[in-house]
Amino acid sequence: MEKIFSHPTSLKKAVFHYCPGCGHSIIHRITCEVIDELGIQDRAIGVPPPGCSVFAYYYFDVDMVESAHGRGAAVATGIKRANPDSIVFTYQGDGDLAAIGTTETLHAANRGENITAIFINNAVYGMTGGQMAPTTMLNMKTTTSPFGRDARLEGHPIKMSEILAQVQGTCYVERVAVNSPANIRKAKKALKKAFQSQIDGKGYSLVEILSPCPTNWKMNPVQSWQWVDDVMSKEFPLGLIKDTTDKKDAD
Amino acid sequence: MAKVLMTGNAAIGEAAIRAGCQSYFGYPITPQNELTEYMAAHLSRRPGCSFVQAESEIAAINMVYGASVAGVRAMTSSSSPGISLKQEGISYLAACQLPAVIVNMSRGGPGLGSISASQSDYFQSTRGGGHGDYRTIVLGPASVQELADLTHHAFELTDKYFIPVIILGDGMLGQMMEPLEFKHEAPDVPPVRQDALRGAKGRPSKFVRTFTSHPPDLEEVNWSLFRRYQLLQKQEVMWENYMTEDARLIVTAFGIAARIAKGAIKQARAMGLKIGMFRPITLWPFPSEQLKELAKTTKYFLDFEMNMGQMIEDVRLSLEGQGDISFHGRPGGVIPTPSEVLRIITRIYHQKGLN
Amino acid sequence: MKGRIEINRELCKGCGICVFFCPKKLITLSDQLNAAGYLHTVFEDTGTCTGCATCAVVCPEVAIEVYRG
Repeated sequence: MEKIFSHPTSLKKAVFHYCPGCGHSIIHRITCEVIDELGIQDRAIGVPPPGCSVFAYYYFDVDMVESAHGRGAAVATGIKRANPDSIVFTYQGDGDLAAIGTTETLHAANRGENITAIFINNAVYGMTGGQMAPTTMLNMKTTTSPFGRDARLEGHPIKMSEILAQVQGTCYVERVAVNSPANIRKAKKALKKAFQSQIDGKGYSLVEILSPCPTNWKMNPVQSWQWVDDVMSKEFPLGLIKDTTDKKDAD
Repeated sequence: MAKVLMTGNAAIGEAAIRAGCQSYFGYPITPQNELTEYMAAHLSRRPGCSFVQAESEIAAINMVYGASVAGVRAMTSSSSPGISLKQEGISYLAACQLPAVIVNMSRGGPGLGSISASQSDYFQSTRGGGHGDYRTIVLGPASVQELADLTHHAFELTDKYFIPVIILGDGMLGQMMEPLEFKHEAPDVPPVRQDALRGAKGRPSKFVRTFTSHPPDLEEVNWSLFRRYQLLQKQEVMWENYMTEDARLIVTAFGIAARIAKGAIKQARAMGLKIGMFRPITLWPFPSEQLKELAKTTKYFLDFEMNMGQMIEDVRLSLEGQGDISFHGRPGGVIPTPSEVLRIITRIYHQKGLN
Repeated sequence: MKGRIEINRELCKGCGICVFFCPKKLITLSDQLNAAGYLHTVFEDTGTCTGCATCAVVCPEVAIEVYRG
């Protein structure tokens, strides 16, 4: 018998500090598989956020630099402009990319910065204990929406992928999930396509990944993985949202 | 090298390019727009260089952070309210020990304030400015020539000590036009630091971070910064003694205020008054020893600033209870004239019975 | 196609995802605690594993190696 599944090379052999069933570790692994397959481990520079994944550099065996909350897209812009040969990716949560970092994200996309954003959407602020996020769904109870998110007071969950797809500098946007074997395989494909579009110099790419958060959703892991299918992906539909990577850069 | 006539803002830009600045990130704000525009015109098309008008001052400082991590000389500029926005980013630069040059052409404050020159960001600049226990090097130029020279010096200092450097100018210095000489030529290829994160080729991967879940590690980072600050205090202070040898009254002033005061002192000297000036050029590290030295021969000091009294605290700390210190200040962007300062220093001279 | 898996029980956090997704139901949650204090999973090598690697794909801890031949 031959070993057909093992630990990716660009994933360090460290014990993950994430909760049982958390999507982060799956996403770290498939991103590292993509980095291995594309052969970019020695060119990649990652920008993790404050949040549960603040210690991403303990796991990704690539150069990484911490960012202030929300500023990942600006930090990535600085890195890429200083060294266009590097493959720069941000790894951002829903507060980081869709609340405090919206401006930086929108404008990096608008400038067509040749960077890849991995956007982890778990509909809640995880590390700080489960507060409402821009992507929290209506009626969802969180520690700062204890009576359930009310559209009149808190607005609706925001669809960043659809918004960023409107911006001309964005070449590839897809929403995926990591809550089933099939979805994990599709998520990996999307990440590969995003990184490839950066290698090809096509502009800003974004993969939004619906990620289970059992602890803050107050469910067990299996329930949380099912909830992504049953509830979350009804609000945030999975699928390709934009792909202009075939277009010539004629603008 | 021939002398050229330039505005302060443009001189900073040209000096930065000649110092090997590879990346500039800025945002429009009066009274420093000419610097951002100079970089747009002159840096953006240089081979291997990069100019971005960022979406905000916050984005700009974070772009500087990214470029610095990638090993290039990076600069941003703004004026007072925009510098407030940058404080988080500067704290991160200090914590990660990354080089960067930040130019503040300060204006009247607080709030949206006024667009006129002021010196009310002294505290903000010299006391860290953002959260956490850190300092940045602060340089206080007082002429267009000095803006150029200190810009070059800023890049050298920040790359040597891995501490961010703030050039604390003001709206008047930025707008005034004077002849100056550039002492350096721009490099063909901007320099890249050895410690840069440019991909882990042929070496283990590295990470740059400030956060730790183990406070003793952070304590050690703080103490290592502290030791570097002590070294800076010993090695890098800059100051000017102007006619202090026989002075009975010494004016302490920095930047544009020192420029104005010099005009007043020249007139006072012509009238036979023995007045001099102590001008810190590094506002941090502050030339405390050098100021304290003057207290051996002079008892009376007048601190003159375009604010409500900020550098005067460092003057008092330096003199350690010695000396009789008066203060004259004009906040809000009001620019005092040399004759106003002459009136003040003459009055104090006579009030204190000096001759 | 025959298959076999090896679960690193010290990495396992007992999330139960592999138990849920294994098409042959060959993985169960044991009543044994690992050093981290989690009830870890165990693989029952009945000879019916096909090495589909579904368990490894869904394991958040990269705790499963898969062999096929």
